[in-house]
Amino acid sequence: MAALTPISRTPVSFYVPVVAAAGAVAGLLVGTAQGSSLIGIISGAILLGAIAFLLTQIIKAEAPGRWALTALFAVAGFLMGGLAAGIIGLLFGWFFGWFTFWLFEGRYRAYVAPYLTPGQVLWHYTFRVICGAILVFLITPILVVMPLSFNAEDFFTFTPEMLRFDPAGYSLKHYEDFFTNSDWQGALANSVRIAPMATLLSVSFGTLAAIGLSQPHVPFRRAIMAILISPMIVPLIISAAGMYFFYSRIGLQGTYMGVVLAHAALGIPFVIITVTATLVGFDNSLTRAAANMGAGPVTTFFRVQMPLILPGVISGGLFAFITSFDEVVVVLFVGSAGQKTLPWQMFTGLREQISPTILAVATILVIVSIALLTVVELLRRRSERLRGMSPA
Amino acid sequence: MKLTKTLLASTALTVAAGMATADGHMANEMTIVSWGGAYSNSQQQAYHNPYMEKTGINIINDESSAEAVAKLRAMNEAGNVTWDVVDVVAADAIRLCDEGLAMEIDPDEHLAAAPDGTSAEDDFGDLLVSDCFIPQIVYSTTFGYRTDMVGDTPPTSVCAIFDTDAYPGKRSLEKRPINNMEWALLCDGVAKDDVYDVLETDEGQQQALDKLATIKDDVIWWSAGADTPQLLADGEVVMGSTYNGRLFSVIEEQNQPVAMLWDAQVFDLDGWIIPTGLSEERLARALDYIYFATDTQRLADQAKYISYGPARASSAPLVSTHADLGIDMAPHMPTDPNNAQNTFLYNYEFWADYRDDIDAKFQAWLAQ
Repeated sequence: MAALTPISRTPVSFYVPVVAAAGAVAGLLVGTAQGSSLIGIISGAILLGAIAFLLTQIIKAEAPGRWALTALFAVAGFLMGGLAAGIIGLLFGWFFGWFTFWLFEGRYRAYVAPYLTPGQVLWHYTFRVICGAILVFLITPILVVMPLSFNAEDFFTFTPEMLRFDPAGYSLKHYEDFFTNSDWQGALANSVRIAPMATLLSVSFGTLAAIGLSQPHVPFRRAIMAILISPMIVPLIISAAGMYFFYSRIGLQGTYMGVVLAHAALGIPFVIITVTATLVGFDNSLTRAAANMGAGPVTTFFRVQMPLILPGVISGGLFAFITSFDEVVVVLFVGSAGQKTLPWQMFTGLREQISPTILAVATILVIVSIALLTVVELLRRRSERLRGMSPA
Repeated sequence: MKLTKTLLASTALTVAAGMATADGHMANEMTIVSWGGAYSNSQQQAYHNPYMEKTGINIINDESSAEAVAKLRAMNEAGNVTWDVVDVVAADAIRLCDEGLAMEIDPDEHLAAAPDGTSAEDDFGDLLVSDCFIPQIVYSTTFGYRTDMVGDTPPTSVCAIFDTDAYPGKRSLEKRPINNMEWALLCDGVAKDDVYDVLETDEGQQQALDKLATIKDDVIWWSAGADTPQLLADGEVVMGSTYNGRLFSVIEEQNQPVAMLWDAQVFDLDGWIIPTGLSEERLARALDYIYFATDTQRLADQAKYISYGPARASSAPLVSTHADLGIDMAPHMPTDPNNAQNTFLYNYEFWADYRDDIDAKFQAWLAQ
């Protein structure tokens, strides 16, 4: 990106306090970890304010100054808390060196439009920081789980060995447990048997319902739609309790088909919603044209309508699959121990035995989900490209 | 069109696979409900595996003991009891028995006699606290502490939990009044024999809550047995209560710097019940399992895998060494004389009468 605005150096009274404020935040983190937030804030602010002044006004050489700062922080961190703290120190040092000169040289103005007021520039960067913070907030719980799943001990704890990056602190034993323990393997097998079947039913019924409900001549369309969508809105525990008593009477409780049907009911609304959305853009004259050429309704559906609404069907199916694969409340009611799914196993595992095997499973599931979503996205792009819908 | 064919083919395959594996309630299966984790594992090794080998019956484990009462009520209401044998604590067994959800057992008819001919009734003795309850183990709720966080004077008395000067740091206590109220009164100067007399009165209950209030800010409340071990391993708490078998696992199997504080441990019982409403065939199977799994040798075998004391008097001499670690298990039993110098027995009568009342007060106090 080309620079939009010529830059000029900023006064000491601007960048030193700003760096000091950032230092206070960093000091808060370090200080809290060491036991005193207040000392951390004050010393962080003073230290980094002084460093900013020193680098820009006395040393005046950017590259060596920043390298020296990075090295200094890395060594300080290493002395304070070993290798992990050293790496954190290194990142802190690099960041503050960059931050100081970014402010001092006025580089922060370079890529924003020249007519912006200082307030707007400030908001421009604040907005980015907020977005970044939200991303961190959403993704940290998932990321934290991953290293913990390689824990050599049977607890959800970052042991001192792990923090020192000592290989002895890490192990694959929880993964081994997952792949060898019959409880986990049985649960995995159940999930793999239940979810695709439930998805299949959801997709078939959901697509049919969506097509039917998109016909203008169907009476009470909105009311029927509302009823079909209701499993998504009614609290899960209520559906689950209702299904439990109903299924018990008709002998479906505790059977494979019972769980599949219950999960299908939960998945149908997702399919209806996504397919209805794609049907909005569907041109009904195509089906009339097909009929005009002698195709029966079934042929028309599979050869004309289905290919066009396929993206909606697939994404609905994906949601239905994930609903079934993630679901724990309904299966606890409707299933019996013979249908114990992965989420059920994780749920009881968390309550009775906090074992990092759960984290290993979680890590595997995260990776599988990412792979699944990537594949679907790639397929979608490919089909768009093939149909010439996307310039790429 | 190719895509359509692929879709249809995969659909057909999925349906076929689903149907092929669809299962009914097979004739040679039984569902046994327990607590999960290391405890279920000990039952699997000591009871289920030998039983499956002997009879060819397949045992399915359901780890739902924590909500056994609620689920059995629902099953009964729905007329669809899917459990064959259920592992519950004695207090739950008493409740289920009162509600008619558990079957009454005649110890001498349904349970094996001791090898020396002592009748089952005498062998279990006082532990048969309910007509429906077949005791399996004696466990205790007691404290563990971090050896590296208590300085040179490790705690020897349960009152250390109220002594935040000598032992600063968080402590974990179970989020319910049972046990905590007793410990609070004991450490507030009430004689052990008078604890339940005092606790019957409103003033006594207030006294216990006031004592607990002195450490309320230092308490992390737990609700699952796995919580305190995790908190101790983390160093989040300096001491905490949990089941003695969990602490054994933390200390001996996981090698954490934790030690037991057996003082004022509270004994409780865990055992089997058979739900009412089983078909004749399933009932016969459940009774056969119970007869097998509660004999003298089987109960002693369970102690190889977990440090809970067998409920039969005749099993105690047969307790041997840990299956993996090879250490002698007897000194780790809550009932070992060295550990049992100062103990409570869970007061089933008192808590049956006062539980709802004191629970409400305790929850209100927690929310303050």
